[in-house]
Amino acid sequence: MRPYLLTLLLGLLTVHLTAQTTIEGRVNDNRMRPLIGVSVAVKNGYDGSITDSLGKYNFKTPDQGTDTLVFSLTGYESIERVVQLSGAKLTLNITLKEAFNELSAVTITAGSFSAGDNKKGVVLSSLDILTTSTNADISSAMRLLPGTQQNGESSGLFVHGGTAGETAQYMDGAVIQNPYYAGGPQVMQRGRFDPRLFSGTMFATGGYSALYGNAMSSVLLMNSNDLPEKSEYEIDISPIAYVNLRTQQLAKDKKSAFGVSYNYINVWPEMQILNPYFDITRTPEYHTANFYYHRKTKGGMIKYYTEFSHNDVGYSWQDIDSLSLKDKINVANNNWYNNLNWTENLGNHWKLIWANSFSINHDHINRSILEGNKEIQSFPEVDFWMNNKIFTYLNTELHAQSRLVLEKKFRNLAAIRFGGEYDYAHTDGEYNKRDITFKDHYGAVFAENDLYFTNDFMLKTGVRAERSSLINETKLAPRVSTAYRIGPNEQISAAYGIFYQKPEDNYLMYNQHLGFTKSSQYILNYQKSTTSQILRLEAYYKKYDDLVRFVPATQVNNYPIDNGGSGHAEGFDLFWKDQKTFPFKYWVSYSYIHTKRQFLDYPTQLQPDFITPHTFSAVLQQFIPNIKTQVNFSYSFATGRPYYYFKPDIQNHSYQLEKQGESSPYNNLDFSIDYLPDFGKTHKKMTVMFVATVKNILGIQQLYTYNYSYDGSYKQPVWPMSKRQYFIGVFFNFGRDRSQEIINENL
Amino acid sequence: MKKIILVCTFALFMAMTSLMAQTARYIPTMKTNLELLKNAKTMQEYNNVAAAFTRVATAEKTLWVPYYYAALAKLHGAMNDQNVDKDVVAGEVDTLLGSAEAIESNSELSTLHYYNEVLKMTVNPAARYMQEAPLLEKYYTQAIAQDSTNPRIYFMKGQTVFHTPESFGGGPEAAKALFQKSVDLYKIQDTARSFKPKWGKEDAEAMLKKCEQ
Repeated sequence: MRPYLLTLLLGLLTVHLTAQTTIEGRVNDNRMRPLIGVSVAVKNGYDGSITDSLGKYNFKTPDQGTDTLVFSLTGYESIERVVQLSGAKLTLNITLKEAFNELSAVTITAGSFSAGDNKKGVVLSSLDILTTSTNADISSAMRLLPGTQQNGESSGLFVHGGTAGETAQYMDGAVIQNPYYAGGPQVMQRGRFDPRLFSGTMFATGGYSALYGNAMSSVLLMNSNDLPEKSEYEIDISPIAYVNLRTQQLAKDKKSAFGVSYNYINVWPEMQILNPYFDITRTPEYHTANFYYHRKTKGGMIKYYTEFSHNDVGYSWQDIDSLSLKDKINVANNNWYNNLNWTENLGNHWKLIWANSFSINHDHINRSILEGNKEIQSFPEVDFWMNNKIFTYLNTELHAQSRLVLEKKFRNLAAIRFGGEYDYAHTDGEYNKRDITFKDHYGAVFAENDLYFTNDFMLKTGVRAERSSLINETKLAPRVSTAYRIGPNEQISAAYGIFYQKPEDNYLMYNQHLGFTKSSQYILNYQKSTTSQILRLEAYYKKYDDLVRFVPATQVNNYPIDNGGSGHAEGFDLFWKDQKTFPFKYWVSYSYIHTKRQFLDYPTQLQPDFITPHTFSAVLQQFIPNIKTQVNFSYSFATGRPYYYFKPDIQNHSYQLEKQGESSPYNNLDFSIDYLPDFGKTHKKMTVMFVATVKNILGIQQLYTYNYSYDGSYKQPVWPMSKRQYFIGVFFNFGRDRSQEIINENL
Repeated sequence: MKKIILVCTFALFMAMTSLMAQTARYIPTMKTNLELLKNAKTMQEYNNVAAAFTRVATAEKTLWVPYYYAALAKLHGAMNDQNVDKDVVAGEVDTLLGSAEAIESNSELSTLHYYNEVLKMTVNPAARYMQEAPLLEKYYTQAIAQDSTNPRIYFMKGQTVFHTPESFGGGPEAAKALFQKSVDLYKIQDTARSFKPKWGKEDAEAMLKKCEQ
């Protein structure tokens, strides 16, 4: 009997020693969907498991007594449960709540393209802007995004049915009053700013924040780089007369840096090859010099930027009203832009952003009519419209802006932002020796609130009150936007807002009894994005009120301009970027728009002459490592644009639509190639990059629109300055490895 | 006085036993988990073993080795699974390696960084080469700088070179030297009993044979 007893005892002992507790259950999120891969672990112990595809887990532990179980999953708030382990089976069903997390929380995507930094949902990287064969022009790169019009003869961004004047540009939170070099009619000008200055850009095609105003359609917000990684020197040279000298010096303590750059462009050599459609009378020349100083403060940074630029251009072309005459324009421009920004974390989740800009812009425009080589002084009274083509215009425009924004962050990502803005504008002009002087004080106060209900659902509400002394009107503009995540990488976003804008200076100049122009916008957006693919669909409706319009003047010094115009625009935009399916990177944009407006001399609501219903563009980039070369193609297509002849009807104080037509579709293929001979080498002192670009490589005859003669009997096509455009250059960089930058910013 | 000594001795004894208890469960658990890692086939199995290593790592707090194996399990799993989102796994691996490096930076962890960049590149080799190539170079030089006798880094680099087209300076011929170096180093590898990484000898020998054919 004894051995039996022993066995029994031993058996009991073994049972006791191996008495394990089974713990099992299910883990859901708060919508009762199973969570996969949740770690379930005994705190400070080895035992545990992870949930399977049904959210179920089970495991055994030999531990006894009181213990704590930890349920954790990235992106969720961990839960701890105290349990009694006694050998009896435990069933624990758990619900995990998503953690409020700045990285995983939804953001507003309605009407907003973010570009620059390397995060999810970024549409264009800084490098994309440099390499999309747009000759490193920020606006040209933005024109490859949906919602914009091509309009190759005009500078600026035409967004969702708006004119170029309805888009405002900001650098580090303060406005850029004259973002483009000055030029004559029918020639698009580059932006003054080097894209390499910026690391983050946000392009709002509508529905933007209450922090910004005085732009009916769009804002382009550019943020400059903080501090360079290293000190560097750069020399960029092109035989088609382009020189850029640039240095950035980082202080030893890595707390401050300054940069100096000088850039010179002379288009003369290019003109020798190109045989332009215009007669160049003054070779286009551009001088640009800039300086910046950035310094880290206790909890933020102070940034100062200053840029001086001077450009000249002169050309002549066939006069539209007379075959024996030529029109000539000469433009000289000086621009001095200053920007000062102080951003500081004040502690206790308060942040201060103080942004200032100050600019002086001086234009000297000389318009004349040539008969042979002789300038005509004036025409007889019967041909008075011809006299309008002869003028000298001197203009000095001073603009200062100061904006103060305070931000306070609360728990769960909630935030409020509020502040004010003051703008001073002073214009001192002389048109044919007649003085035109006016000044304006514009002020605004604004407040905005971010509210996160969950990580997946947020609401932004804002309001802006603005006033202009010249207009003598105060307006209140509400803005609301929301974002809701519908799947792991999918979200919908909507925005509504009212946007006011002062009439442009060239109307305010003549008639100061005008009021604010207004647009109301409704935007619905769907976005699906992963690290390598982005799909965006956006639909919008926009209503324009109080647009500036005018009728023919009946006497001298009578400017019949009022706010009687109106209009609407509706359309949808599609954007698709893919870096995964093929061994190359590409993106495509398509925009459809239906819009009509009555403004300026339009007698009724018509499709504006800067709008075409269908615009398509595609960009393809591939780096071929074994030849160390990146090739870039960008293609744009736009259907034809309408053009009109409005006949002045002096008797009835109106314009009559007498003739109209539609231009032929626009096709353009640009090609560029970047060769990096040092690619892949490490520890190099100098990097070299060769760049070659051809615009309109296929040499397709491009025609933007037509202009009518004064009597409407003749129309003249508006072409690009030349059939193709070329750029070749070599960039030497000492200090920093530019190919490394290309790599870091790529993808 | 006697009492104090007694208390001290007792406290010391308690601390030692608890330390021994730790080691007592550490060794068998690591052994079991390593066995599970060796036999894992599906991503689910690899994830399970990675979670088991992570639990050990969280409990121990001062050991980089369990994090290392958790990362290795995820890498092996994702490398052989066509359906898993490799970018997500690579993100998890980066987090695990970060936790390990908070304890100690070493050549083995740099090797896994290298492996992780290879994983990221496999999503779309042609498009990602430009971004990944310098990172691979960085972790390769870093791993060698930390320990030039680590056979696994040469094995890893050999794999990359082996699969790189010849026109690019890759191929079996170019990879052979690296595998040879790796195999030589495996021969002198420290064979002391510990959980430090030892894997890869057979794989390196097999690859070397492949290059010699």
